[in-house]
Amino acid sequence: MPTALAARAAKPSLPVARQFLLPTAIFLVLALLPVAAALSAQQYLVDLATRVMVFAVAAVALDVLVGYGGLISFGHAGFIGLGAYAVGILSAHGIGDALVALPAAIAASMLFAWLTGIVCLRTKGVYFIMITLAFGQMIFFVATSLAPYGGDNGLTIAARNTVAGWALMKDDRAFYYVTLLGLLATYLFCRTLVGSRFGRVLRGGKDNATRMATIGFTIRRFQLVAYVIAGGLGGLSGFLLANSTEFVSPAYMSWQQSGELIVMVILGGLGTLHGAILGTAAYLLVEEWLSGVTENWQAIFGPLLVLVVLFARGGLLGLSSMPRGRFFGGVGNG
Amino acid sequence: MAEPLLRLQGLSKNFGSLVVTDDVTLEVNAGEMHALIGPNGAGKTTLINQISGLTAPDAGTVLFANDDVTALPPQIRALRGMSRTFQISSILPGFAALENVALAVQARSGSSLRFFGNAAAEPALNIPAMAALEQAGIADRANVRAAELSDGEKRALELAIALAMQPRLLLLDEPMAGIGREETDRLVDLLLRLKGQMTMILVEHDMAAVFALADRISVLIRGRVLTTGSPADVRADPQVVAAYLGEQVE
Repeated sequence: MPTALAARAAKPSLPVARQFLLPTAIFLVLALLPVAAALSAQQYLVDLATRVMVFAVAAVALDVLVGYGGLISFGHAGFIGLGAYAVGILSAHGIGDALVALPAAIAASMLFAWLTGIVCLRTKGVYFIMITLAFGQMIFFVATSLAPYGGDNGLTIAARNTVAGWALMKDDRAFYYVTLLGLLATYLFCRTLVGSRFGRVLRGGKDNATRMATIGFTIRRFQLVAYVIAGGLGGLSGFLLANSTEFVSPAYMSWQQSGELIVMVILGGLGTLHGAILGTAAYLLVEEWLSGVTENWQAIFGPLLVLVVLFARGGLLGLSSMPRGRFFGGVGNG
Repeated sequence: MAEPLLRLQGLSKNFGSLVVTDDVTLEVNAGEMHALIGPNGAGKTTLINQISGLTAPDAGTVLFANDDVTALPPQIRALRGMSRTFQISSILPGFAALENVALAVQARSGSSLRFFGNAAAEPALNIPAMAALEQAGIADRANVRAAELSDGEKRALELAIALAMQPRLLLLDEPMAGIGREETDRLVDLLLRLKGQMTMILVEHDMAAVFALADRISVLIRGRVLTTGSPADVRADPQVVAAYLGEQVE
């Protein structure tokens, strides 16, 4: 009996090849983009794509919380800001090496996530949104009052971090690939995470918390670990952001920035991870394009977002699979 | 045999001015199938909730295997050997049936703080899960999303989840509610086969099923235990007939 059962049980629910097609395509395009930019002499594309990837790191991590854990964190930009300030403050004291700055950025964000997560996860639903927002604002106002480090005006970083003394990230194209590596590592880590035992418990807590308790899981403990992990990845995003702009500012952790991250994740398609990358790209590219067209670009961008949320409930990824479902009857794509 | 696995002592619960559990003292023996019957609003589900830990009593104690578990949360009671089904099936709708059960296996097979390795491909989780589905009679639906199962299949899935936990005490809250005659018969057969392997508390309105299954029956009226006894004694009790069975049995 066990062998027959095992054979049936091991049957995968989705064709593996199709599942990995889109993520592979996304990373392939990102890997080749600097070459295309060089050939067409459009250097600004590299800068723009770097910005997309920096925020995509934070958005993918946020998707783990929102899309898989059902935890709508409205203070995620706080972690980005903490990571960025770790780079900025260390640099102001003459410590400009990534071997120190990167662990410091991630550790600071994880510590903050752990301390605030213990409190935030005592609440649910709207209250969770409000309390994460409150902690995000708290860290924002702390940053604005840091007079030695620029306060409101922010802090200019003398130079990008070196890596063990080597000015690897000085060149924009090299920095691009460092950022791509960061995004790829984040994506692969999160992809493994959501399919692991841990990820399964996290997803179960989103689906039915009462059931999870009655089969023996203390869900809050798993949610706290997820919150700390997502916080740490926010710190990684902040590390990359500070190095890319060579500047840190309290604006990085504003509640608007947290809101934009949530929009990016929803725009791409919740609970997909690579959707968060697409959503970030779509958001930043449309913002870039519209702000070139008109000064009042937000008047166009706002309604555009409303349309996406109304008509593509699965975000951009949902949009791509919708016509198939409509015209060919759809295969269990509820 | 006669050693009680579960002991409720002076359990009381009010919702505002409404008394839902009124000084309930009850012993459930190891290995027995103990049915809990009574009219709607008698406080049966609230009592089950207090046993499983979802509702805290205002007074009284819950003793499980001679340990006071009154203050323990539901997840700890689950790990000590209590599992339950709900009046309205409580499953993970977005998960495949197999994954629903595999999670219950996972809860008691090592740490779940594992961040690597694909849980869906772990034979150590899937084989026992598949066996539980087989036992509940829905093995052929293993890869279907739980949300897409019929009401009867959801009930069977919930039972498979509970069985996969290998409980010492199984709490069944109206397992026959809202399912067809045929599925009810199948469920009664399954419970008859499980009888003796674990202690069970069955809350049910289907009197045919209750009298076919129960070793002992407690009758709950307005939060109080009216009487506890064998099916024959309960059926013959004029108090019970007047208060409840009169309207149930023609």
